[in-house]
Amino acid sequence: MTPLQIIFLITSVGILGSALMVVTTRNLVHAALWLVVSLFGVAVLYVMLSAAFLAVAQVVIYIGAIAILMIFAIMLTRRVAKDSGPQTNPNWTWAVVVAAALFGGLTWLLSSWNGFSTPIPELSSRADPLSQLGQALVSPNAYVLPFEVASVLLLSALIGAIMVAWDRRSG
Amino acid sequence: MGDPITLIGKWLENLLYSWGLMPGVVSLIMAVIGVVVIASAVLVLDILLVWVERKVVARFQDRLGPNRVGPFGIIQPIADVIKLLIKEDILPIGADKIVYNLAPIMALGTVLLLWAVLPLSSTVYGTNLNVGVLYIVALGAISTLGIIMAGWASNNKYALLGAFRTVAQMVSYEVPLVIALLVPVILARSMGLTDIVEAQSIWFVFIAPIPALIVLITSIAELGRAPFDLIEAESEIVAGFHIEYTGMKFGLFYAGELLHALTVGGIIATLFLGGWRGPGAETYPILGIFYFFIKALFLYWVIMWIKYSLPRIRIDHMLNFNWKFLTPLSLVILIVMAIVDKIVPKTSMLVYSLVMLFVNVVVGWLTLQLLRRNAKSARMRVAEPKPVARPEPSPTAATSQTSSSSS
Amino acid sequence: MIPLSWYLILAAALFCIGLYGVLARKNAVAILMGIELMLNAVNINLVAFWRYRTPEMIAGQAYAVMVFAVAAAEVAVGLALIISIYRRRSTIVADDIDMLKF
Repeated sequence: MTPLQIIFLITSVGILGSALMVVTTRNLVHAALWLVVSLFGVAVLYVMLSAAFLAVAQVVIYIGAIAILMIFAIMLTRRVAKDSGPQTNPNWTWAVVVAAALFGGLTWLLSSWNGFSTPIPELSSRADPLSQLGQALVSPNAYVLPFEVASVLLLSALIGAIMVAWDRRSG
Repeated sequence: MGDPITLIGKWLENLLYSWGLMPGVVSLIMAVIGVVVIASAVLVLDILLVWVERKVVARFQDRLGPNRVGPFGIIQPIADVIKLLIKEDILPIGADKIVYNLAPIMALGTVLLLWAVLPLSSTVYGTNLNVGVLYIVALGAISTLGIIMAGWASNNKYALLGAFRTVAQMVSYEVPLVIALLVPVILARSMGLTDIVEAQSIWFVFIAPIPALIVLITSIAELGRAPFDLIEAESEIVAGFHIEYTGMKFGLFYAGELLHALTVGGIIATLFLGGWRGPGAETYPILGIFYFFIKALFLYWVIMWIKYSLPRIRIDHMLNFNWKFLTPLSLVILIVMAIVDKIVPKTSMLVYSLVMLFVNVVVGWLTLQLLRRNAKSARMRVAEPKPVARPEPSPTAATSQTSSSSS
Repeated sequence: MIPLSWYLILAAALFCIGLYGVLARKNAVAILMGIELMLNAVNINLVAFWRYRTPEMIAGQAYAVMVFAVAAAEVAVGLALIISIYRRRSTIVADDIDMLKF
């Protein structure tokens, strides 16, 4: 066991454990806070994969925006989000079966692939993933079009969200 | 030479090696020692800040401030800490215990984590993260989460109202803050704070005064200090999110707020006032620490000056100011400065800076003209005669009016 | 050394937990949380494949950035819908919202 492996194991136990709490806990605010823990663990994984920008962006976007929005929505819809009563469908057992079958199938499919246990290659020392990513996102030969389309999507989604949530009665 | 901190570090490292430890273990121990030293130094400074804050606010309000305990009352914060420690620790009924206790730790912890990227001098810094500026933004997001947790877990209506206001304020002021933070990144061609300081042969505040001002204003809003202290507004929602906290838990929030103010001063000093740069700081890095804290404390004083001079703004004004003024202004200044940066060659730093300064002045002047025109039309609108419903004058009202006018 | 398989299995497990959340939870916000978990699992895979298979091409990270943008858009619209429905129907239980028009 190298130190990196130990860190990976601790992180993945944290991610999976808190993800389980997200889908099982009754109190929705607690579920949102567990979601934060899980997403933070994913950010740690990004650091281990030497994608520092994604790690920080993960914290800014998921914890700073998405999780806070969710907590806000839970508080706004508080009257029905009481902890009483079951929080799951009556046929939740089928959900367990489907999820477990999918996990088994995915693992079986992946383990039959010959690149399954690729060892980690060395990053060339002069390559800087951060500036590479920045160049790629705005370079016409690379991803400038998807990047712009994503920003237009975000803009239209935000305008749409305002339109949908607008309370016309109160103006 | 002239850098005792690096010397001590080297000596300690050699000592550990001479004990026959592995290189990995030695670097781990050195990292832990570095973290402990920076964190405890900052926390000791925090205790001193209590005294500074109380003394300065006293001067602003024409008082003396604490002056009984020790010379100039300098031991007063120790007395404060002892008082907070021996107070009863109350857990409100219906509070969410774990979340409730976690929130103050997050409030102080996120502020301490900010010091990991602040370069104190050319040789003394936690780490030169290549996404340093984004790291600062990310920690701001986590501290927002801490305040929401405090507000929700207290099981108190006012605390929850404070949390709602926090979301509205912090999430919206993050937008112009992040946009304005991009300007020093463009100027320095790097997001690492050490590189940004290295690039400031001319302080960025002289190249980009408008972004510096936007960062200062939005940082005060992120701090939740007056005039943006709606999230704790004593007279409206009785201290907001930390209404239920007592003893040292309240103390952590208080310490976190004071330290956050100084840290924001340090961040602005690093990004716009040249960080540790000053005469002789290159050859004697220990001087750099001195310059850094001078600049950070000056900005801290500016923040206090604003806090104790301005009244609280109303919540709709706060949001309008952000979305209708700061966000468009920061977008305009970012785009204009990015275009100018492409056009003007960086061969002569002086010409480049003068052009940038000129652009800033032009944008600032146009903004003021726009504001003036808006204010004029708003005044016209207010001054227009409006139909007023007048009640029928009754004889009693008429007599009372005449009597009041005669007296 | 951590082989690629560890990341893939972790991502698969996270995806399945998210799927369970989407299928089994009643509350619409909780369903959105499950979707977020699934998107994160996808992102782990994208970044892990980038790091292990094609570290010289930045495609994996670029796609992960797109996923961030899509996730933010999805949450904004989803929460707006939930709040709008709550205002009209006073419920955010997904099973009760079974009419096309109301």
